[in-house]
Amino acid sequence: MVDAAALSVIGPDGDAGGHECGLSDDQLLHCYRAMLRTRVFDEICMKLQRSGRVGFSVPNLGIEGMQVGAASALEKTDWVFPSYRDFGMALYHGVTPLRMMHNMFGNGLDSAKGRQMSVHFSFEEPIHFFSISSPIGTHIPQAVGAARAFQARGEDHVCLASFGDGGTSSLGFHSGLNFAGVWKAPVVFLCQNNGWAISCPSSGQTASESFAIKAAAYGMPGVKVDGNDLLAVREVVGEAVGRARAGEGPTLVEAVTFRMGGHSSSDDPTRYVPAEELEAWGERDPIDRFEKYLAQRGLWSEGDEEHVREDALAEIDAAAKEAGAQAPPGLETIFSDVYETLPDHLRAQGEAVFDLSRRKGEAAAGGGEFPL
Amino acid sequence: MATLTIVQAVNDALKSVMRDDPTVLVLGEDVGPKGGVFLATEGLTAEFGIERCFDTPLSEDGIIGTAIGMAMNGLKPVAEIQFQDFIFPAFDQIVSEAAKLRYRSGGQYTAPMVIRTPYGGGIRGGLYHSQSGEAYFCHTPGLKVVVPSTPHDAKGLLIASILDPDPVLFLEPKALYRSVKGEVPEDSYQVELSTLREVRAGDDVTVFCYGAMVPVAVKAADQAADKGIDCHLVDLRTLLPLDEEGVLEAARRTGRVVVVHEAPRFCGYGAEISALIAENVIEYMEAPIKRVTGFDTPFPNTLEHHYLPDERRVLDAIEQVHSY
Repeated sequence: MVDAAALSVIGPDGDAGGHECGLSDDQLLHCYRAMLRTRVFDEICMKLQRSGRVGFSVPNLGIEGMQVGAASALEKTDWVFPSYRDFGMALYHGVTPLRMMHNMFGNGLDSAKGRQMSVHFSFEEPIHFFSISSPIGTHIPQAVGAARAFQARGEDHVCLASFGDGGTSSLGFHSGLNFAGVWKAPVVFLCQNNGWAISCPSSGQTASESFAIKAAAYGMPGVKVDGNDLLAVREVVGEAVGRARAGEGPTLVEAVTFRMGGHSSSDDPTRYVPAEELEAWGERDPIDRFEKYLAQRGLWSEGDEEHVREDALAEIDAAAKEAGAQAPPGLETIFSDVYETLPDHLRAQGEAVFDLSRRKGEAAAGGGEFPL
Repeated sequence: MATLTIVQAVNDALKSVMRDDPTVLVLGEDVGPKGGVFLATEGLTAEFGIERCFDTPLSEDGIIGTAIGMAMNGLKPVAEIQFQDFIFPAFDQIVSEAAKLRYRSGGQYTAPMVIRTPYGGGIRGGLYHSQSGEAYFCHTPGLKVVVPSTPHDAKGLLIASILDPDPVLFLEPKALYRSVKGEVPEDSYQVELSTLREVRAGDDVTVFCYGAMVPVAVKAADQAADKGIDCHLVDLRTLLPLDEEGVLEAARRTGRVVVVHEAPRFCGYGAEISALIAENVIEYMEAPIKRVTGFDTPFPNTLEHHYLPDERRVLDAIEQVHSY
């Protein structure tokens, strides 16, 4: 459970004690919608996976507040280096569900041209939502390097690198935080301590008393925050972003939350997550909590959730239908983008594929021909 | 023209491209004020400042991981890995990240960067200062792998690699760093990647080699010439993407082929050259293809001169394929 050391803003009854979050009413409602759209997107993706229409999905249930709270602290000129469980950040910043669904289906309109598994998104606008890699922690030093490029140009943009509690055991976590500390790089490291790295509990990742405390070894502040409290996450990440922007260096934020679903659509968490733990965290749902906060501010009333849900369902269902009806990528996309210019040996391999298709008619038509 | 060693030519290339392009920067262990353990980056910090040539913490994973981040965000990093033997902590970053970034992001993100690293034996470096790991990397689509063997090529290929839009692993034959001197133009110039260098023309036996094996093959070819065998000597110099047509043409020319490298034989680069020739021009072959390589053992220290192919072994192979 969230311990006393983790900062909370919104109480169980929705009372934020006069906390000034810096968001207008419209922005608060945007946060609310972003959380619910994330949840609905997640639900639809799991259904698509269960019905065999997409190959894979990654449940986000329970961590929407953490994602949207962190995203709300960033400008569109900042870069997000996400984990595979962060698409709420992309939705918050205006990536459309349709673009995301193109990825889920790996179709010809997918920004990654169908080369990656589902939920491995890559976007460069309206915010840089960096291409997701399956190996854990590799993006952490990359975020530091991208931040150093901002430093080199004298730009005050910030990189946010997000990863799970398991990610803190990776090589990239150590090298990334170490380099960032030495360089005073404008990076915010966001550790989503969601309790489990697939089936390994946090206690199996570290003997440290917390993940935040690891920051001390790298010469940066480490802050623990209630990850199911959107405003608390926004507050802590916002402060870290402010420090980074002002040239005061990196921060490690540990957002304590809980993964209410499996690791992925291939995982059965009932085999290892204690039922009572799940139940306890269910009481702390970030969306319910934020609703109570909005209600206290007169921005929410009974029935609003249904309306937002209906809108989101309609939009995301339509996106899934449209994306599901698209043609797969052309065969030539197997060979393009390996290098900027197609080398001779890849051209020869590609032409052999087309030639075989012409002669034997076996390969599925994907359209597209060389030259690329 | 100046007469430079290979390590001086590398230094000259870095200075040349850093003067022309302010986004180029150099990072690695001890590359700053010290100028690198082989002095390849000597004088760069003095001329360009500590922001453009700087020391990093001792972490190959961190060096390459951060360089990828810089590359995707508008800089052109040239990362030094002190010895190629130490590159393996960064293997994941090179193979799974730099090499795949353009592909997996549909071209949204790219990693135009160079990883320079001294490779190979001949300096009594033992297991961990002597290896030739090119085969690991040549098995990686998305990467380019370049190995110069002369000062002229070292400068021209390095400049071309830095200006290239894709990640390049630039393997420098440390045994030749100071033992080979040559004429190098003072201006900036590029040697086109994926082109072969004909070291000498001949009609009897084709010898493919690269890096530190080039001077060894030259000596063997000289001795073969004394025996009336005329060798066609080809420096591959870019291993990936390879000029396959050039290799096949050179193989067809003599119908007798020797491939030389100092890395272990099994699944080594010579296997690819042999397979390429066998698949495409076997009907031109007058003799079995012969490989002269390091052994399938770790790299020894005291007996390294027996491990490394020398002109005796290369000459023996030339004679065998010639007399077959």
